[in-house]
Amino acid sequence: MENRPLEYDYTVAKMFMLTTVLLGAVGMLIGVILASEMAFPGVNTMLGSLGLNEFTNFSRLRPLHTDSVIFGFTLSGIFATWYYVGQRVLKVSMAESKLLMFLGKMHFWLYILVVAAAVVSLFMGITSSKEYAEFEWPIDIAVVVVWVTWGLGIFGLIGIRRERSLYISIWYYIATFLGIAMLYLFNNMEIPTILATSPAGETGIGAWYHSVSMYSGTNDALVQWWYGHNAVAFGFTVPIVAMIYYFLPKESGQAVYSYKLSLLSFWGLMFVYLWAGGHHLLFSTVPDWMQTMGSVFSVVLILPSWGSAINMLLTMKGEWQQVATSPLIKFMVLASTFYMFSTLEGPIQAIKSVNAIAHFTDWIVGHVHDGTLGWVGFMIMAALFHMAPRVFKRELYSKSLMGTQFWIQTLGVVLYFTSMWIAGITQGMMWRAHDEYGNLAYSFIDTVTALHPYYTIRAVGGLLYLIGFFMFAYNIYKTMTSGRRVEESELQSASPMAA
Amino acid sequence: MDIFQLQGYAYFGLVTLMVVILYSYIYHLYSSEKKGTKDFEKYGNMALNDEIDDAPVEKISKDEKK
Repeated sequence: MENRPLEYDYTVAKMFMLTTVLLGAVGMLIGVILASEMAFPGVNTMLGSLGLNEFTNFSRLRPLHTDSVIFGFTLSGIFATWYYVGQRVLKVSMAESKLLMFLGKMHFWLYILVVAAAVVSLFMGITSSKEYAEFEWPIDIAVVVVWVTWGLGIFGLIGIRRERSLYISIWYYIATFLGIAMLYLFNNMEIPTILATSPAGETGIGAWYHSVSMYSGTNDALVQWWYGHNAVAFGFTVPIVAMIYYFLPKESGQAVYSYKLSLLSFWGLMFVYLWAGGHHLLFSTVPDWMQTMGSVFSVVLILPSWGSAINMLLTMKGEWQQVATSPLIKFMVLASTFYMFSTLEGPIQAIKSVNAIAHFTDWIVGHVHDGTLGWVGFMIMAALFHMAPRVFKRELYSKSLMGTQFWIQTLGVVLYFTSMWIAGITQGMMWRAHDEYGNLAYSFIDTVTALHPYYTIRAVGGLLYLIGFFMFAYNIYKTMTSGRRVEESELQSASPMAA
Repeated sequence: MDIFQLQGYAYFGLVTLMVVILYSYIYHLYSSEKKGTKDFEKYGNMALNDEIDDAPVEKISKDEKK
């Protein structure tokens, strides 16, 4: 018998909460700068007088934005919630295993090293030029080490659990681990140029850290978009579903509406998602049947996606007053709604005839952002809001600040996606317009001029979301430092929050 | 029969098989609950009763403590 009762140990969860907030702020700030550059090109050269043009132009900053929100903000959020939810639903504490605690801390510090290497190399313009897979081979190897460390932690914790069955969220975390592992490895198969020989017989080409993809041409595109789309699947969908399956029931005090539906949706998502990536390559050199398959599977994907989303909304059955009273529930219900919305919008865009207008336009950018800002961002922030009182043993600092943040960010998301809808469809129609002889009616610059107002609205929408994110960061910081201390009994379901 | 035709039949067969597996799974979920052999909905409580001293929904048998 121990003298001290066993408690969950949130040390590693707290570390990742910190990086979620920091990298989220950095990634979203860069996003707002990029949006401003699109609306006002002069922003590209804002530090020109200091000779720093290279570091502020769109092409240098764009991968920093995408990678810091995907691999910084979202991944940190996934890790933070794993080290929280994992212990709780398996009913085992990290404190019970020195090895798991060591692996958890190692996971965090290796992750920080990779983040630092990625930020520095991308700022220097060192990139493999593959979208969302820009890191060069030494960083890729380090990413694999970080990922394997996380995997050891996951399966280690599962190995010492007290609960026989794995809660549905654990299934989704495992799928995240396995899915990303497979995707990342295959898409980043690359050969350091220093090992290559040119047709002229030159050897030792380029810097030691440069590489070329092992695939070429259409094959490279196929692997790239199998990866790209499934990075959305296993980075932006699967782990976020893991979060909502835990945090919404826990915060609302209502068990998930149908556990059977959650199992069914899980397998549906696993089978269908991996085939949908072809929709990124419609009207390209990829075989036609593969394009059709991408479209068909994208449409089928509505079913498992809506299965989870409807399950979440039905979990609130009979408890809808909580949406009005709790800003935390508001975030999660809106996240679930945005999930439904973007998983309907995506399949619509994947239909060939719609894609003929939508492809390469800002509508796609709008789609990505209603998913990421409305679903991923809202859910991760809600998860951290729920975790904060429990890991810091303090009341949430301000409910009204949280409510204000919710409305500011919702307005931001709405401005973002509506402006991009209009911009995208305008762009698509203008590109296609032609006279009776087939001459194009507009030149490219005509579309740029037409889109300027919408780009400005998008930048304002992004700025509102960023302001909301700073409010979130402040609220979490104040909770941590000056929130009222709470007793364990106050933490059963709804999170305690000061007015 | 050339390779493309064979591919076509194999693809159709695979899709049919997967549909059968999916529907069998749905049938299994609902029928086993109806027969009383399994109660899936109780697992939803794993999220609600998740304090470290809460009783597990299903205890691991080799765990003799408590």
